[in-house]
Amino acid sequence: MQTPNHQSNRILRPVRPWFIVLSILIALLLNMLPPRQWLFMPDWVLLTLCFWSIREGQKIGMGVAFCLGLFMDVADSAALGQHALAYVIASYTASAFSKRILWFSLPLQALHVFPIFLATSALQIFIQLVAGKDFPGFAQFLPSFVAAALWPLLSFFLLLPQYQPEFRDETRPI
Amino acid sequence: MPLTVLFFYIALAVALFVLDFRFHAIGFLRQGIFVLTVPLQRLSQVPKNFLLESKRYFYTLDSARTETERLKAAALVAALDLNRVTQLKSENDNLRALLELRRREKVGGQAANVLYTARDPFSRRVYIDKGSQQGIREGLPVIDSKGIIGQITFTFPFSSEVTLLTDKSQAIPVQIERTGQRSITFGLGNGQVELRYMPSNADVVIGDILHTSGLDGIYPAGFQVARVTQVARDNAYAFARIVAMPLADVEGHNLVMVLDIQEKSPLPVEQKNAENREDY
Repeated sequence: MQTPNHQSNRILRPVRPWFIVLSILIALLLNMLPPRQWLFMPDWVLLTLCFWSIREGQKIGMGVAFCLGLFMDVADSAALGQHALAYVIASYTASAFSKRILWFSLPLQALHVFPIFLATSALQIFIQLVAGKDFPGFAQFLPSFVAAALWPLLSFFLLLPQYQPEFRDETRPI
Repeated sequence: MPLTVLFFYIALAVALFVLDFRFHAIGFLRQGIFVLTVPLQRLSQVPKNFLLESKRYFYTLDSARTETERLKAAALVAALDLNRVTQLKSENDNLRALLELRRREKVGGQAANVLYTARDPFSRRVYIDKGSQQGIREGLPVIDSKGIIGQITFTFPFSSEVTLLTDKSQAIPVQIERTGQRSITFGLGNGQVELRYMPSNADVVIGDILHTSGLDGIYPAGFQVARVTQVARDNAYAFARIVAMPLADVEGHNLVMVLDIQEKSPLPVEQKNAENREDY
């Protein structure tokens, strides 16, 4: 399948706002499931937020990122502002680079978002160090790698509703 | 323009961080947002609960039978002790009355389920399903069947946050069961606790049981806390390094009990003529 980016001539349908809300809700839910204790579990909210910031920078921006960050701060019982700050900066960076990122294929896009994820975890660890905690070890950067690896898959699934043709042929077998 | 917005949000986040971390001034905001997170939190518990329920459903008759046998044997052993405890308790009450000692505070409690642990790798905290609506207050101690687990540090209407005794910010005054020496445990953050400020010649051996001394008026006296697992004496330092393992299933997700202390033990009365004392 041809990746829908600025190089391809594939035209996507406009995104439905409720689908963005749904995807973010699912990401929040994934972040709260018990497997979040696993070391390599990526931050799903950050992943989804970066995706929509790149794709729909007009709809999902720093305001949403800030609110989601506060939400995650409370849900994780972290200091208020820790996730909020990281998410806002991640969202800004993602939308600022979106015009460049969208020229590349999905694996290359993953390479572009990887530094954003890495910087976000570094920022969160830095905030924790300021708050007087110990350095938790380099394993904390593991989720960034996983998140970058998941990028092509996530892009595919989150764009699925937009792949539909404009005029649906009811007589088509599939 | 986006840069302006970015700096606005950064300033806001930093301000929130400082207000929350330094001054603990915005608990109401945290409580408000928490109410929003509750539906999602409850929803995220569904798969776990489903697994647990199905496990319970497929619990075979055989394992139920062995479990009953085991419990019967345990009850027999416990009954023996219980008989002696009632007798000892009355005897103890009499002796205390003779000595005019204050009776030990009555302790009630309510059971609660651990909902989930904080995702933050830095904090050792869990959330339980009882909150301020059920009479949970900040500061109450939390135990399980084997010993102290931690302390309530934040209450929401229908749940509350328990800081585990292994958290770095958690300290519990304890007494060594064998020698009666008092000390304080500090969480190490890795599932263990540490006895600080014990002289390097202190009489502590591996296997010593620590129980609460009740000196702080928060944890009632006599609850088991930890077992000493490691004693390192280095003459270069004034203090021995003593590490202990909590006896309770601190990092597990089980049923816990929030103790409700009816009457607070009064703080010791300041002695007016301390300088006139000759006995020290």
